[in-house]
Amino acid sequence: MAWFKRDKDSIQDPVPPEERRVRTEGMWEKCASCRKIIWKKDLDANWQVCPKCDHHFKLSAVRRLELLLDDGIWNEHDANLSSTDPLEFTDTRAYKQRLIDAHKKLGMRDAIITAEGRIEGRPAIVCAMEFGFIGGSMGAVVGEKVTRAIELATSKREPLVIVSCSGGARMMEGTTSLMQLAKVSGALSRLDDARLPYISVLTDPTTGGVTASYAMLGDLNIAEPGALIGFAGPRVIEQTIRQKLPAGFQRSEFLLQHGFLDAIVPRKELKAYLANALNFFLS
Amino acid sequence: MKNPKRASASPKRSFDNPKSALETLEQDLEALRLRTGLAVANPDELDRLRADVAALKREFYANLSPWQRTQLARHQNRPYPLDYIRLLFEDFSEIYGDRLFGDDSAMIAGMARFHGRPCVVLGQQKGRDTRQRLARNFGQAKPEGYRKALRVMRLAAKFGRPIFTLIDTPGAYPGIDAEERGQAEAIARNLREMMRLPVPILVTITGEGGSGGALAIAVGDRIHMLENSIYSVISPEGCASIMWRDAGKAELAAGALRITAPDLLSLGLIDEIIPEPEGGAHHDHVAAAALLDPVLVRNLDELDGLAVGQMLDRRYQKFRHMGQFFEELPV
Repeated sequence: MAWFKRDKDSIQDPVPPEERRVRTEGMWEKCASCRKIIWKKDLDANWQVCPKCDHHFKLSAVRRLELLLDDGIWNEHDANLSSTDPLEFTDTRAYKQRLIDAHKKLGMRDAIITAEGRIEGRPAIVCAMEFGFIGGSMGAVVGEKVTRAIELATSKREPLVIVSCSGGARMMEGTTSLMQLAKVSGALSRLDDARLPYISVLTDPTTGGVTASYAMLGDLNIAEPGALIGFAGPRVIEQTIRQKLPAGFQRSEFLLQHGFLDAIVPRKELKAYLANALNFFLS
Repeated sequence: MKNPKRASASPKRSFDNPKSALETLEQDLEALRLRTGLAVANPDELDRLRADVAALKREFYANLSPWQRTQLARHQNRPYPLDYIRLLFEDFSEIYGDRLFGDDSAMIAGMARFHGRPCVVLGQQKGRDTRQRLARNFGQAKPEGYRKALRVMRLAAKFGRPIFTLIDTPGAYPGIDAEERGQAEAIARNLREMMRLPVPILVTITGEGGSGGALAIAVGDRIHMLENSIYSVISPEGCASIMWRDAGKAELAAGALRITAPDLLSLGLIDEIIPEPEGGAHHDHVAAAALLDPVLVRNLDELDGLAVGQMLDRRYQKFRHMGQFFEELPV
């Protein structure tokens, strides 16, 4: 008879190793600016602004509209427009598949929500771009939706606000994407002729074809703090001139200094700023 | 091949080799004829061979790949806007400076006459040799270039003169100074203002139509493209390095982006293709200009027949209808 005997079975782990997770995983976010760890719920309650250092994270299009429009309600337009993939573009993955994946992830059919709502009681047409949808890029659908929004503002004689967040024109739709710059800017010339206010809000990041069209054509161009704003992306510039870029280059504060922004407005003051500006233009 | 060693050392131009092979064949035939006098058994046979060679050449140039067209569009002997101005316009008098910051020699603009009629003509100018290229910044304009262009176009509008723009640029310059002075703002403003300038605007892409830097002077009533020019949202190299993470995939990207004149005509983004002399515009500048001239004359005539409001409305609708999409119900 053995002196030592295992009289119980060894512990059976009910969770197989490949499914083991820390229970708090995905609940925390590290601030890109102050490196502090923030509870995601706190971050969201604070409109994606770091409670410790005021760093502005990207805000989704839906949350943006909740932030800006009274009671968080709006009437969305043209939600059904979707890309035809006119070039049948395939790089390392098919563009069609990228569209399907983005739709699954976000429930949106393209990178912008165009809506009608009220800002402190005043009716307005408001567009918000979604960076999560293929980098907020502008193809035929974004171009068409923005153009329709501008035309609606013109015909209803309502002010227009566009919140940009985009890497630029959508490569996968080729030259058609480029032509959207002209289409949207042309519509803005008619809004301008009709003497209706347009406020462009630039958020991190706003680059390429979006900056080179409607984002820079506001009666007021305002930006959130620290946003990357430019025509060419920093990597392209570095490759062209073969030197490191100075700190703060192409950030909101840099653009303000060089005379291309009218104001830098923190996210929490954005709605009040818009309401005040629209009052100035329209009352 | 005349010089196979050199050809293999510069693979970029290798597609031109079949042509030189054909030319060599032509020369060989000619040499044979001279050496043997008319002793060649059958002179008709020789003519037939010559015709075959010519047909092969035509076929070769009619079936260039997008990447080959890209190389022709960038060919260093290709006629540049200043060449077309010299060949198609009289009394060109250049206007310099944006009256805000400085002059930009990558963008040229000025007063001229087109078949005797006062007009304004502008375009991006690349240089032909290294010294010129540096001086012209390789045809990449900065904000002052686009602002100069707008200033001169407004001048045309004020005095009711038509505007001709000739597009040939790799793109707007991506550099620190250009960003500091508002490259994006300068381009955006041009797009908006060109849509409402109350004079005819005739746009011709003569070489490279490089993205926003090209579009900034390409909003108009008629958009023409030379047969071997390209017009793209991004260079094939840029697209390849972003999407494939390998700039060497440029040939693939050139095809995927559909940047050639026939592609863009079928997508409804341009109005007309201007044929080029056989072998490409760089073989014969005078012939290239002669092919462009009647198209400009005809289109200017047509635009003259429109009331200003009608013309502006059509210009707006032209761009308004660019881009297709599904308008389906959510599934």
